[in-house]
Amino acid sequence: MGKNFKTADLKGEHWGSRVGLVLAMAGNAVGFGNFLRFPVQAMQNGGGAFIIPYLVCLVLLGFPLLMIEWTVGRYGGKFGHHSTPFILHSMSKKAVWKYVGVFGLFSNLAIAAYYCYIESWTMSYILHSIFGTFDHLSRLQVSSFFDGYVDISHSTTGIPYEAIVFYILCLALNAWILSRGLAGGVEKASKIGVPLLIVFGIFLAIKAITLKAGNENANYDGLVGLSFLWTPQYDSLTNPKVWLAAAGQIFFTLSVGMGSIQCYASYLRERDDIAVNAMSAGFMNEFVEIVLGSSIIIPISVGYLGIDKVIDLVSLGGLGLAFRTMPFLFEQWGTILSVIAGVAFFGLLFFAGITSSLAMGTPIMGFLKDEFKFNNKKASFTFALVTLALGLPVVLFFQQGVFDEFDYWAGTVALVVFAMFESILFSWFFGADKGWSEFMKGADMKLPNIFRYILKYITPVLLIIVFITSMIRPANDDWTSLSFKGWELHPESILGQITYKGIIYNKQNVADVFYSENSGIVDSIYSLRGKDYVRITPEGKTAELGKNYIYKEHQKVLVQLGDVVNAGQPIFEGRVINRILYIKFARFILLTLFIGLGVMVHLAYRNRKKYHKI
Amino acid sequence: MNTSALILMISTWTIVTCFAVYFFIKILTAKKLDEPDSYLDNDDQTGNG
Repeated sequence: MGKNFKTADLKGEHWGSRVGLVLAMAGNAVGFGNFLRFPVQAMQNGGGAFIIPYLVCLVLLGFPLLMIEWTVGRYGGKFGHHSTPFILHSMSKKAVWKYVGVFGLFSNLAIAAYYCYIESWTMSYILHSIFGTFDHLSRLQVSSFFDGYVDISHSTTGIPYEAIVFYILCLALNAWILSRGLAGGVEKASKIGVPLLIVFGIFLAIKAITLKAGNENANYDGLVGLSFLWTPQYDSLTNPKVWLAAAGQIFFTLSVGMGSIQCYASYLRERDDIAVNAMSAGFMNEFVEIVLGSSIIIPISVGYLGIDKVIDLVSLGGLGLAFRTMPFLFEQWGTILSVIAGVAFFGLLFFAGITSSLAMGTPIMGFLKDEFKFNNKKASFTFALVTLALGLPVVLFFQQGVFDEFDYWAGTVALVVFAMFESILFSWFFGADKGWSEFMKGADMKLPNIFRYILKYITPVLLIIVFITSMIRPANDDWTSLSFKGWELHPESILGQITYKGIIYNKQNVADVFYSENSGIVDSIYSLRGKDYVRITPEGKTAELGKNYIYKEHQKVLVQLGDVVNAGQPIFEGRVINRILYIKFARFILLTLFIGLGVMVHLAYRNRKKYHKI
Repeated sequence: MNTSALILMISTWTIVTCFAVYFFIKILTAKKLDEPDSYLDNDDQTGNG
């Protein structure tokens, strides 16, 4: 009887249960960033004091955006739309909004391309932990193993092109789960993945916090790391950089500005609650990030390496710490426990990753199914194929910076831009009061009315401020340098990226001389896995903080071992393709993707108009 | 661990964990709506909607 209601009333996909939906939404939000990005951001932005701007941004940006996206999704779903172009169109008939909605397809595809690559590393590292690959390796050897892994031609398991094989396996797994539909695929995976990652996280957090100096080769207590991470430096609160970092972290952690929350919520009926669902999924993510995320990699790495070393290592990013350092540290726990810890750590990253990548696939499938009448299998296969096509440049040119370019434009800028436009549409075009009423329909509890005013006045304005400040961020975060006469841009600002501010040397696409990009001592000229390298390490630092420059047979090295080299000094001559060309290539791919999706949305719109479906 | 770090950490963890548990319990204990609702799990019930 009940099934007849569904087929008669709301055709297509459904969630199996409310708990399943909340776990899928939480799984969407919980990702690598919870464990690898949050603790690094906290360390670099005021320690414990970082939590203050973080929580402020959570209340003023994070939760309001969750409310907007759940509401927008459920509202669009009423009209049978499951992807942002037509969900936004259902809220305002102005043509521009459906093209703004293209961001909700673009980000998911572009992020999935590199996100699934990291996910595939975790699959491989689980196997390597089980097979004991890291046994008896030194820290430098474990770090070098990672370089070998991302060097495509090199095999670490005897499987040729191992990184590509695992990447394809990972995409195939995602496609298979997606092809089983919402309840049978995504929801089931989340019901397994989210509880397991929490269990793995609790196990590792307990191990980290109870780590004692002198036991298991540890040099310091795990609590030293925890204390370092949580010690507040309140003077950092006056620095706008810290507030921008907190706002950025909120975007990453809640997966807002992507279009996946809207898609998941579009399968809900108007009479079903979204208020408590949104809060539950949001707080579950916060629990994983603030409680578990802060208690694993920093306490363990400080326990073995000390605070100064960890500060150096986190400057290279959380990914490096996870894949270059953690396997070595787990090895100190003995044969059996190191395997358990390796499986738990990379397993929790895998589950965090896959529950997010499935959420990236769902809006793409929704778009293909709604507009081009694809079935689940065809849509999931298409998603995997397009992701593979986009991901191969990331995999093949990982070391040339294509990965970073995808991450910056699709995983950072696009989220802020889309969230800003979406909140403007919701609050000022659709109407915040109407939007609030939509949000509260079917609500199981009344949320504080203050959010109505935050949604109306504060969130869109704050997002505009975040966007503008990200665009014009000054060098060294010196905001006093802003003047009408102009100022030096930060290399990571949007305008700084567009004008290649981060590239000081080697600015030509192809050149005959290659210049050093850092200062230091030439501490090694070596061959590894069939490639030749010159390593320049900053004075007083260890080799892992050095920069490795690959040179080819036809190039002549101009420096010798022990030479002190300044940035900008020639280090080899002979025809060289510079990083900037790969960066332009990555940007061309992303731009082509966005335009291509825009054209598809336009065609779908024309089709809908033709058959009076809009 | 120094006192300010400990106070900040424990208070943040407590707030976040309490909210996470509170909202999840609300989900688990919420009364299921009559059909038709958005979920398949109680589809065998006869609804009046």
